[in-house]
Amino acid sequence: MNYRRRVFLSVLALALTAMAGSALAGDRFITVQSTTSTQNSGLLDDLLPKFTAMTGIEVRVVAVGTGQAIKNARNGDGDVLLVHARPAEEKFVADGFGVERFDLMYNDFVIVGPAADPARVGGMRDAVTALRKIAAAKSVFASRGDDSGTHKKELSLWKAAGIDVALVSGRWYRETGSGMGATLNIGVGMGAYVLTDRATWIAFRNKGDFAIQVEGDEALFNQYGVTMVNPAKLRHPKIAWSRAFMDWILGSEGQAAIAAYRVDGQQLFFPNARPPGG
Amino acid sequence: MPFDEPRAGRNDRRVLPITASGLVLERAGRRIIDNIGLTITGHDISVIMGPNGAGKSVLLRLLTGLLTPDAGTVAWAGSGADRARAPAVGLVFQKPVLLRRSALANVRYALRGGSRAERTRCAEDALFRAGLAHLAKSPARILSGGEQQRLALARALAPDPEVLMLDEPCANLDPAATAAIEALIRDARARGTKVVLVTHDIAQARRLADDVTFVHDGRIVEQSPAASFFDNPVSSAGRAYLDGRLLID
Amino acid sequence: MQDFGAAFGDAFGLLLGFDPALMEIIGLSLRVSITAVFISGLIGLPLGALLGVSRFRGRAAVLVLLNTLMGLPPVVVGLLVYLMLSNAGPLGPLALLYTPGAMIIAQSILVIPIVAALARQTIEDMHAEYDEQLRILGVGRWGMVATLLWDARYSLLTAMLAGFGRAVAEVGAVLIVGGNINHVTRVMTTAIALETSKGNLALALGLGVVLLLLAVVINAAVMGVRATAARSAHA
Repeated sequence: MNYRRRVFLSVLALALTAMAGSALAGDRFITVQSTTSTQNSGLLDDLLPKFTAMTGIEVRVVAVGTGQAIKNARNGDGDVLLVHARPAEEKFVADGFGVERFDLMYNDFVIVGPAADPARVGGMRDAVTALRKIAAAKSVFASRGDDSGTHKKELSLWKAAGIDVALVSGRWYRETGSGMGATLNIGVGMGAYVLTDRATWIAFRNKGDFAIQVEGDEALFNQYGVTMVNPAKLRHPKIAWSRAFMDWILGSEGQAAIAAYRVDGQQLFFPNARPPGG
Repeated sequence: MPFDEPRAGRNDRRVLPITASGLVLERAGRRIIDNIGLTITGHDISVIMGPNGAGKSVLLRLLTGLLTPDAGTVAWAGSGADRARAPAVGLVFQKPVLLRRSALANVRYALRGGSRAERTRCAEDALFRAGLAHLAKSPARILSGGEQQRLALARALAPDPEVLMLDEPCANLDPAATAAIEALIRDARARGTKVVLVTHDIAQARRLADDVTFVHDGRIVEQSPAASFFDNPVSSAGRAYLDGRLLID
Repeated sequence: MQDFGAAFGDAFGLLLGFDPALMEIIGLSLRVSITAVFISGLIGLPLGALLGVSRFRGRAAVLVLLNTLMGLPPVVVGLLVYLMLSNAGPLGPLALLYTPGAMIIAQSILVIPIVAALARQTIEDMHAEYDEQLRILGVGRWGMVATLLWDARYSLLTAMLAGFGRAVAEVGAVLIVGGNINHVTRVMTTAIALETSKGNLALALGLGVVLLLLAVVINAAVMGVRATAARSAHA
């Protein structure tokens, strides 16, 4: 019993040190709060190893909805914010949580829908008119409903169409409160129209019989921005590493890497950072 | 070995005499123990007898401090029962309660003080005296009923207690096992341990008792040396009991 | 359309071929949940045992509370732990957020009530059996707790297994406090959630089956240990 107890205690001690070791990782890394679209499209998985190979700095991405990403960054739980909600990002900086916001890359939104296309919007360019047709037909529409960049864009389009979706929420307008992928799953599952960014859609593997119905509207332009979190808000600011990341991703190498990323032969994101000093 | 010291030298461990006075215990409005006083002392075998429901088992539990009386006191060598002196009072129940470990470990569990090696040796001795040495490593709970009760007895005797109390220890045992237990009881008395045995088995009482305390309805009805009780019981209840008549009132 | 056959084949192919990414995820799942169960045992077993042997005013209320805590929603626990560990929160300086340590903490909080409540029940039953005998042997309260815990060790193992099942299966807590970061805090359940959100439903399902298999293997191993030990020392 004594011997067994000793063995047991040494195993215990070993386990605790192993656990402690894993919890306190002291290597070089920064934390980026980003959105599900950059994650699900596979862009970050493709992009970030290139940065790490060059600088030795690991980039850890927390991919949540834009609203949550911004909130996390406000709590100081990230070094860099990479989302696509310009007004919210600018407020983030104005409130003193971010250093400066830079345009990073863009793509566009599309409206996808079932092959049956009950609202007859297939092939349209004008997003606002298409939404009016969907509302008129009372065709099911699945919204992110989570305060994300996509959601904010969607709401602005409904507003431009003069439709108050809050009134019809739960009827033909379904708010999923989820990320892009989950919302697409739900949309495909209920045969609903969904506003999604093109990148996530192309990389999505559960399309069912859905296709892009509405695209090409200037109003569907989707701009991504990157902001360094104010070091004063962070407990362990990694100023040099964060700056290295910003310089890289806004500079020629990062921008080229973004442009080079393809899924099914299609480019998903278009770099548009302004050259430094401009 | 701490257990070879003469009993006189272990003044801090003395529990005898155990004196009870004015004990009262009520349950559900009924007096199970109705003003009992007695003294336990000496080195012989006292048997407490009486019909079922007389309160014998409850009395034992009061004397060992397991139960607190509603009125009255129990004193061990003048002061109240306490945990430190518990090893000096051995108690064996009707149904043995053994830990889920080996026989040896069960006996060793009851020992305090000394090194683990000393306690192991002491436990082995106790098992040997009980004729269980060959079962030392066996899981205690797969032993037969008789073996388990012998083990419980060995465990109670291992710390060399001043007094050993037994509550109907042979009620569930066959004659062979009963004989083994009785032999161990006699052995304990020979080694100087006071024995208090509760039994409803008149024949067993005749075999073992040095004196008899007869309990009926929560009261002590008769208390006398064994010979005079069995030959010439004074109380009517005692007489009826020895005659084999049921005592109903 | 989902090709379930092919995707299941993919998932098992990864498993049998010891695909490094999958192994890493499985390894982290086991490390996090086993550590959490360990910690929960250290805290929950004595706590449950103490409750099992003690009688005090308000005990019934404590038991109700404990049983209720068994059903703590993981996502709520995740949120609370996040608020504690966030840079904006009190334990920010520990820099535990988005590390396996945070996941272990969150899962421990979920599992401790389970272990404690089940231990309490087991110990209370055993206490009824042993109480008088142990008291007559002069065993005090803490000695009784230790003895009961040791004697009940095989039943308590089952309680720990229940805790492990809960820990390894939850996603809400580890997602919030871990962040599902690739190579750092991605475990089986969060990987399944991610593949689902990418539309890789069949792969996600395949991974789910792998997770189930893992749980089966662990349960079988523990039961095996219990059986051999029972034969040799226990009854």
